Amino acid sequence: MKIKNLTTSFRVLDDYYAAVDNVTLTVNKNEVLAIVGESGSGKSALAFSIMGLHNRAKIEGTLDFKGQNIAKYSQGKLNKLRGKEMAMIFQDSLSALNPLMIVGAQIDEALLLHNSSMSKKDRKVRVIDFLSKVGIPRPEKTYEQYPHELSGGMRQRVVIAMAIANQPELLIADEPTTALDVTIQAQILDLIKDLKDDMRAGIILITHDLGVVAEMADRVAVMYAGQIVEIADVYSLFSSPQHPYTRSLLNSLPNSAETKTKLHVIQGVVPPLHKMPREGCRFRHRIPWIDESSHEENPELHEIKPGHFVRCTCYKDFYFPDKHKEASGNGAT
Amino acid sequence: MWKLIVRRILIMIPQIFVLSLLVFIMAKAMPGDALTGLIDPNIDPAAIEAMRERLGLNNPWYVQYWDWVTRAMQGDLGQSFHFKMPVTELIGQRLVNTFWLSLATLIFTYMIAIPLGITSGRYNDTFLDRAITGYTYVGFAAPLFITALLMLFVFGFQLGWFPTGGSVSPGSAAGTWDYILSKAYHLILPAFSMAVITTVSTVQYLRSEIIDTKQKEFIITARAKGASESRVYNRHILRNSLLPIAAFFGYEITGLIGGTIFIENIFNYPGMGQLFLQSITRRDFSVMTACVLLFGIAAIIGALISDIILSLVDPRIRIK
Amino acid sequence: MALLEVKDLKVHFPIRGGIFNTVVDQVKAVDGVNFSIEPGQTYGLVGESGSGKTTTGRAVIGLNKITSGDVLFEGHNLAKGGRKSHLNVRKDIQMIFQDPYSSLNPKKRVADIVAEPLRNFEKLTKKEERVRVEELMELVGLSTEAIFKYPHEFSGGQRQRIGIARAIALKPKLIIADEPVSALDVSVQAQVLNFMQEIQKELGLTYLFISHDLGIVRHICDHIGIMYKGRYVEQGASEDIFTNPQHIYTKRLVSAIPDLDPNRRESLTVKRQQAKKDFDELSDKFFDEEGLPYPLKPISDSHLVALPEKG
Repeated sequence: MKIKNLTTSFRVLDDYYAAVDNVTLTVNKNEVLAIVGESGSGKSALAFSIMGLHNRAKIEGTLDFKGQNIAKYSQGKLNKLRGKEMAMIFQDSLSALNPLMIVGAQIDEALLLHNSSMSKKDRKVRVIDFLSKVGIPRPEKTYEQYPHELSGGMRQRVVIAMAIANQPELLIADEPTTALDVTIQAQILDLIKDLKDDMRAGIILITHDLGVVAEMADRVAVMYAGQIVEIADVYSLFSSPQHPYTRSLLNSLPNSAETKTKLHVIQGVVPPLHKMPREGCRFRHRIPWIDESSHEENPELHEIKPGHFVRCTCYKDFYFPDKHKEASGNGAT
Repeated sequence: MWKLIVRRILIMIPQIFVLSLLVFIMAKAMPGDALTGLIDPNIDPAAIEAMRERLGLNNPWYVQYWDWVTRAMQGDLGQSFHFKMPVTELIGQRLVNTFWLSLATLIFTYMIAIPLGITSGRYNDTFLDRAITGYTYVGFAAPLFITALLMLFVFGFQLGWFPTGGSVSPGSAAGTWDYILSKAYHLILPAFSMAVITTVSTVQYLRSEIIDTKQKEFIITARAKGASESRVYNRHILRNSLLPIAAFFGYEITGLIGGTIFIENIFNYPGMGQLFLQSITRRDFSVMTACVLLFGIAAIIGALISDIILSLVDPRIRIK
Repeated sequence: MALLEVKDLKVHFPIRGGIFNTVVDQVKAVDGVNFSIEPGQTYGLVGESGSGKTTTGRAVIGLNKITSGDVLFEGHNLAKGGRKSHLNVRKDIQMIFQDPYSSLNPKKRVADIVAEPLRNFEKLTKKEERVRVEELMELVGLSTEAIFKYPHEFSGGQRQRIGIARAIALKPKLIIADEPVSALDVSVQAQVLNFMQEIQKELGLTYLFISHDLGIVRHICDHIGIMYKGRYVEQGASEDIFTNPQHIYTKRLVSAIPDLDPNRRESLTVKRQQAKKDFDELSDKFFDEEGLPYPLKPISDSHLVALPEKG
């Protein structure tokens, strides 16, 4: 999958605003690409655009999936791809499943839609097979159960089974573990890793949790305000993060070496979609101590090492201000 | 789930008890009693007193209540002073008529509500939706009796398409095809007039259910599986939105009771509603209390049906 | 002396069933919990969903009915007497909620939200109240003009500050913070955590910090209790728990903390799988017949672990 200059705009009042702004990305087979960002960064909007699930957004750019530009596909044509060659895992398994349908029938639907020739009996065998593959202990019983009868971890497994039922080549996981307990989260992440090795699919992992990224990703794209601000392989990103936003994010996490210290706070808030600055470096208002001249007028992604891209030139001059001055409550405005 | 239904049925017993007590007390609180309308004012007061004693009207109220309840359970609801016949006999045929009228109204209600609600919910904020919601507002605002009179005037008198009164044409013999057809023919206009008004709440309810379900996350899941728009509607949205409507069914019955009282009087249709109103104007106490009791029981059963349907169709309740 | 001492706290919820809706069983949400918090400290209560950590917190503040046990706050036993008793003590305990979006009434102005506890407990004139609210807003780092706004006009971090302003309005001694940052973005989370530590120093607050996020708990807490199925499995100073976990469940939780260094990925996976394997294999030894943890036994001055009788 190659994403080129993708822009997804939503109508707010009487204007279109880009939630995803000119994003170019590639996901290869058997690779986990993590997309990291906070709420409002556009990461989920990006995932929905790839799947063609936005119904009131304007989408520009190309989505090259195995040589075909699917951005131009009709919904009917997309339906042949969705659930078969690309599938999605959702965050909240309770609301992602139909409460009035048994779990088996919901996975069965994914099979039925793309394998019309398969008999009902064969499909049931396959569904039960997939349920046990995602680590559900009594798949025959679970097949007949309703979503609310399962625990959060089991439900998330069902959602995953549904996504992989047709062995997709591209899997988009939108915050797949955010709603789960830590021990369950670890199990689900292991499951996704195993499945990746099994299916050799490309996975786009969307998350706000840098710990999950460090554990799962091969490459990482950091998004801020609809743009990618940094892309690198996971090792370089964590060992030598460049963009001020990436560095600030990493710095704001509690660190096991120092406890009871002040955490780094990023000044200000992500501006709402219709107030987003459209020109210059979008992060500049949140690092006001950095001289205006270090920003580019039209920030571009610069390749600073093979495969490591950073937007804007401000990363060169970035430093953290005195911690105490920084952290004392000025994040309030 | 069976426990739930059994428990629900058990709850009905005190409900019906309280209802019967209320009906009885209200009847007692009204001036006069079963003898007031029956007797010649010239009879000797001592004879009246003797008659009262014989009929048990001098007993304490709870004894009278107990007598009334036990007789009612045996199917004896007393004597109508006006028609001079047992209330049970009087009600019998009318109850059947009202039953058919209600059934026809329910069928019309859903025949109107389901397509309109679905269209309006699926294509919300389009011209079509606005037209449908416009109709529902008119339905909410227009009183039932005005609409019914208008329908009667236009379709009954002006156009002459439908009969303007009665439940069957005189002369047709019970059990023949003619009889059945004539019955149905007499039903259409009153049932439709009532349905046109009572359906609007169901249309609104279905519309908002669909709009609500449309935005649920599992709909996105279905789309992400590659389900076509029509499949998303048929398998996920409609199914999930129609269930609460099915559960609403029992409460519709309750709503019908009020409606039949107007409709039967306007269309001169011999049913329970007409009988009820007549019994009030003629101070026919035993008929009146019987009607109120039956209406009350119908409402309680309606609520019961709703709860049972809901527990049957929604697995979240069923499995508990 | 401990500010708060919880002794053998039990909170059981009845399960009703059968045709007559009688009590057929009990959910033992909290089943014999003991802990104490020293003034000025932050005590972390950790556990997964269903462990009873939130129920414990809510029982302390009186939002859940206590089945048995004692809650001693400065010597007053809050478990005895109804909700109305100990009113003057109760104002010393306040709560911060998880979700800053639903815990503030959207139809009230910030001024009214923050003043509500003041109105409940103190009789102030309009003017005095206004002054106090403005002080509080300044204390939580929000502008005083903000008091006429409604909650939806604020960001998540700001709302959590409003929630904190409400909690500290009566100058409480103990604050129960139930997952105060788990609904917030990473950078906002840092803001709120910093701020909580600041006002702790400034006002001498004691925190009962309820969380499932061990990274945050490690950062902010002095003592930690780990709950599992309504009971404690381990309790100790922060260092005891993180560097020397003893119970198989604690080990499993600690191994599940994600590491920010991708180079340690493999070793972490191995460690995690080992912890899971131990948990599965040794659960007969570490839990009783009902699968519940044993009572705590001290293994050092500060460190208690739920070990079986035999040791």
